[in-house]
Amino acid sequence: MRITCPNCGERDRREFYYQGDALALDRPSQDAGLSVWDDYLHNRGNPAGDTKDLWFHEAGCGAWLVVDRNTVTHAVHKAVLAEKVKR
Amino acid sequence: MAKLIALTPCAGLLPISLGKIAVTEVLPDRLMSVAPFAGQNKAVSAKLKSHVGAVLSGLNRRIGGVTWFGHGTWMVAGDVALDGLAAVTDQSDAWAVVAISGAGSEDVLARLVPIDLRATVFKKNHVAKTMLGHLSVTITRTAANTFEIMVMRSMAQTLVHDLDVAMRGVAARG
Repeated sequence: MRITCPNCGERDRREFYYQGDALALDRPSQDAGLSVWDDYLHNRGNPAGDTKDLWFHEAGCGAWLVVDRNTVTHAVHKAVLAEKVKR
Repeated sequence: MAKLIALTPCAGLLPISLGKIAVTEVLPDRLMSVAPFAGQNKAVSAKLKSHVGAVLSGLNRRIGGVTWFGHGTWMVAGDVALDGLAAVTDQSDAWAVVAISGAGSEDVLARLVPIDLRATVFKKNHVAKTMLGHLSVTITRTAANTFEIMVMRSMAQTLVHDLDVAMRGVAARG
């Protein structure tokens, strides 16, 4: 599996650290209520198919990426800098 | 008065050579990491131009003493004064810097580094943040057959060991 880092280009998966669902970027507002925060903190889907994950280019440029990939076909569609993702 | 003995990161480890390939230690006087604050890249570039004679390099590139060092960070060989413009840290003693040179250096690195470092794609002053064996390294091509490799100082012995084994492997192949 190879990921194309927006800074470094195409690199082996070994250079990256996997964090989890990119849902983590959609932080609820402080007064959103307990159920929304509970959902944000603890509940994640486990889809077979397209996912958006956070990856860290640990052994490379040190950037956080949002990677679009498919868990069934193992295709990596694209990777963008997490700081550039609209929130 | 006591005389303090300063040891370089690769003291007792380098130089080594085998055939046409030599590994030597590089000793920059100063290494300052520079991470410009948001929107300050141009101002930092202007200051660096007067401090060290080079502007902030592009991604994966080196200009003079300024080396791209990861996301939003550059390593500058020389003194800088960037108050209010960038986060600056003196890292002079934190890095082991070695140069591997000679025909066949590419073959040695090809055994250790998972990216393409051939001259057709990785040219002079190109920089790669990647791995060498299990080490996180910054590799720069400084001349046709010369690469500069930076690792954290604590990894100097592992780096030299890995290079030594790979050099012998390449030599054994003839």
